[in-house]
Amino acid sequence: MDFVKRISVISEIKKCLGFKRSRRRVYSTLKNTEWKPVVGLEIHAQIQSASKLFSGAGTDFCSSTNKSVALFDAAFPGTLPVLNQQCVKAGVLTALALSCDLNEVSSFDRKHYFYSDLPAGYQITQQRSPLARNGILKFVVYKGGENARLYETSSQIHQIQLEQDSGRSLHDKDRSLVDLNRAGLPLMELVFKPDISDGEEAASLVKELCLILTRLGTCSCKMEEGALRVDANVSVHKEGTPLGARTEVKNIGSIRAVANAIDFEIARQIKLLHNGQEVINETRSWDSETLKTVPMRDKEEKQDYRFMPEPNLPPLHLRMRESQPSHPHMVDVLALKNKIPESPFEMRQRYQKEYNISLLQAVRLVNEDALLPLFAEAMSDKKDRNATILTNLLLNDILTVLNENSEIVFMVRDVGCITDMLDSGIISKSIARSIIAELAQGSNMSANEIVAKKGWSLISDQEVLEDLCRCAIQENEKILKKHVSGKKNGIEAFAKIVWKKTDGRANMKLVKEWFQKNLPYAGK
Amino acid sequence: MQSARRCPGRRVVAKQLKSPTLSATELCDASLRRIEKTKSLNAFITVTSEIAQKQAKESDERHSKGKRKGELDGIPIAVKDNFCTEGVLTSCGSHMLSNFVPPYSATVVSRLHDAGTVMVGKCNLDEFAMGSGTVDSIYGPTKNIWGSDIPFELLNSIHKKGGESSSTLNVKQGVLEEDWHIAGGSSGGSAVAVATGSCFAALGSDTGGSTRNPAAYCGVVGLKPSYGLVSRHGLIPLVNSMDVPGIIARTVEDVTLVLNAIAGPDDHDSTTIKRPHKKISLEETVNLRGLRIGIPKEYQNSLMSQEMIEVWKYAASILNEGGATVTEVSLPHTSSSIACYSVLNQCEVASNMARYDGLRFGIRGKDTSSTEQLYAETRSTGFNDVVRSRILSGNYFLLKRNYEKYFVKALKVRRLIKRDFDNIWNNNIDILLTPTTLSQAPRLSEFRQHDNQTQCVTQDYCTQPANMAGIPAICLPIRLSADGLPLSLQLMAPMYEESVMMKTALWLQQAVNFPQISLKI
Repeated sequence: MDFVKRISVISEIKKCLGFKRSRRRVYSTLKNTEWKPVVGLEIHAQIQSASKLFSGAGTDFCSSTNKSVALFDAAFPGTLPVLNQQCVKAGVLTALALSCDLNEVSSFDRKHYFYSDLPAGYQITQQRSPLARNGILKFVVYKGGENARLYETSSQIHQIQLEQDSGRSLHDKDRSLVDLNRAGLPLMELVFKPDISDGEEAASLVKELCLILTRLGTCSCKMEEGALRVDANVSVHKEGTPLGARTEVKNIGSIRAVANAIDFEIARQIKLLHNGQEVINETRSWDSETLKTVPMRDKEEKQDYRFMPEPNLPPLHLRMRESQPSHPHMVDVLALKNKIPESPFEMRQRYQKEYNISLLQAVRLVNEDALLPLFAEAMSDKKDRNATILTNLLLNDILTVLNENSEIVFMVRDVGCITDMLDSGIISKSIARSIIAELAQGSNMSANEIVAKKGWSLISDQEVLEDLCRCAIQENEKILKKHVSGKKNGIEAFAKIVWKKTDGRANMKLVKEWFQKNLPYAGK
Repeated sequence: MQSARRCPGRRVVAKQLKSPTLSATELCDASLRRIEKTKSLNAFITVTSEIAQKQAKESDERHSKGKRKGELDGIPIAVKDNFCTEGVLTSCGSHMLSNFVPPYSATVVSRLHDAGTVMVGKCNLDEFAMGSGTVDSIYGPTKNIWGSDIPFELLNSIHKKGGESSSTLNVKQGVLEEDWHIAGGSSGGSAVAVATGSCFAALGSDTGGSTRNPAAYCGVVGLKPSYGLVSRHGLIPLVNSMDVPGIIARTVEDVTLVLNAIAGPDDHDSTTIKRPHKKISLEETVNLRGLRIGIPKEYQNSLMSQEMIEVWKYAASILNEGGATVTEVSLPHTSSSIACYSVLNQCEVASNMARYDGLRFGIRGKDTSSTEQLYAETRSTGFNDVVRSRILSGNYFLLKRNYEKYFVKALKVRRLIKRDFDNIWNNNIDILLTPTTLSQAPRLSEFRQHDNQTQCVTQDYCTQPANMAGIPAICLPIRLSADGLPLSLQLMAPMYEESVMMKTALWLQQAVNFPQISLKI
């Protein structure tokens, strides 16, 4: 692969993985190969649900300040938590999708700390016996740089627990205000084992998780709304030695920030150790303005959370076996198991194997919600359809149109038809784009009808093409002279002339074949 | 009016309402007058006259249309001031909530309202129900009617001394001002409200004996239902895993009427049982023959008065004579129960009290230099010493380094105590009979000799095991002491076996014929 080509492939990969070029280099290039970074993520995903985890208050992100607050959310004396079954279902679905072991009986605990946006003085969480344990998340990582590569890896999930969110404090110059709309929102905390090694892997993990959760419908994953929050535990150590002191990085607001914050923190720790200094076990905050992690002031004191079982919630029982009687108050895991869709990871593997497309193509396809059903249905309509042509059509032409206007709906029939016409040489790529443009304009015709009506099918009649080719030679003596004298190969030029004459409708494959056969080039 | 003299607490009143010799309004007015006349006992924090009169009027309207809601329609009731009542101050006897007017009502309050009852007021209690004397309330202590300066006579008395003692008490008024008998607690206000006839029944709460203890000292009936039978939604918690709404009334029948109105599942309380409450009927009298009653020997400790032991023996013997089999049984972990109760109590208190920060309800400190300062000032001025010391020790027990040593160990002991009871029930015992308290109601001076911790350890000795195990218990007065004060016993039964327990209690009530107070004012 030559240099220019590789650059373009890399930028294509970056583009398709949703990576935007970062404005500036955010971390020091100081890398010492003897230091091995260890990264583990803790992700809070807000469960998509109409009401809160333990109260009937709504969950609308846009509701005005302190409007979605039940008495329980404001910790009014005498109010009690009532577990929202829908949230349990969402947690179970997520745990199943991540191959976790579900706990048949889990329980809730109180985690105490005083803060103005924590009304009860404790958060209800699952410390001792979480909803699920031991899962795995497989994902694809792209690494740029000198040795650009795309590879598959995984991170183990330690546990998934249900818990309530806190409110929000807003600090003004001379006063603090509290908004309790967020207090009591349902969260799943996914605790990953420290088994990934840098920011790029972490960002890829988060991306894959978003894909899974949004497909399951258990989380919107809108990081900008705080629906998905990532904390990263970062440490570095030398191979064969115990793990180093770790820091926890919070306030990471986007997927790109995940990569940047972690890589900055790794570089910072290596630099400290390199200079003979120590890494302090602390909580740090990612500053998206300065692109640095800074110590968090109010988390300085070491907290003793004084955990205690939540006495107002009975243990959470799940129906896991056929022999257990089903009960309206019990979430039925067996029924939910059938609702788990194919994971993105499995989908990518299957597409590569079944349709012989590349990992990169598979990654891009599976990432695109709008394209995926078109691909799947077009392929299931006609099993021997050319998947590569279809994939390229979707990822290049259709996606371009959808990126400009996501409202446009393409029909599987048309996408399949265009693919087949391309495959059999009835139309060219540029015609295909024209058809797509017509469809995007809201044409009430099918792709087939457009081609027929506009007379856009390629000219493949040998006699017609031969006339056109001869005509091109006759009308362009200069090119012919150079060609014949061996000065310059004129085939491309002649073919282009034919293409122009026919408004791009000449079958270029046949045209080029004719020239090569009848006007072979002798020069070098 | 003649009816003003009647005690409205009798079930007779409900019957009277059926054949209208007395309207709900008249009954309500009589209650309110009674409250006014017994004001010196300080049973009420808030008297809800306007609400009561409105509800009584509504009841009368229903009655005139022939649409009475049931036996409790138009009946005056009172509510301990730790149950939320929409639009009515709910103070918990604490400065912290001295301005707290809840925007909602507790499930039990709503259900009583739905049954047509008339709420006459909110009753005094120890601050946040932490106590056993109703002496630790910012609204002052509640005094026991027995031995007070309120003149009364005893009806149906088999103890001829009763009448005399009341007249004797009147004479000693001056002395008693200073050193009255405590009402017991923490639901002392509710017990005194019932004992004075200011209401037909009152809601208390029972975490370690808070309903039964004052009921015993005031000579009325106190029920602690099974944990989960009655909703806690709206009951400001002390210890969530042990709290139950309690019922105080003059008779077992009255208590049963109220229980039937408030028991059963509640979507707002996940710890209530899911199946509907089957109303308890006392129409069929219990057949004592075949009933096995256990006397747990460990309940007799060195602090128990000789009189109490005698009453205990007396009740056992009449039950035996009535046909029941009475046997001595053992609950070996009883003596460990109170220590373990204290640890669990303080841990949950520490946790439950964390919400009182002055931000959303209750009083708020003035020092706004930082959030921490604001919290500190709010909490140190809002809570009394008892509450603060429990918060402190509870948080100590919950520290990571102490959790196993105290909290986990206490939970283990709690399981042993529950197992003790299970073993008894599995050994064919239907009912347990024990004293409720170690003695008659002490005088304030005796009670004050000890700190709150020691008071509770002594007062709750016989009552808190039922809370630890979640089982139902009912206490009822048996006879008067030499000093003319009530001596009470309690019955305990397996989980949700209220029916047999109430029937046995009714049998005992009829057998002992404890005198009823009739006020002479």
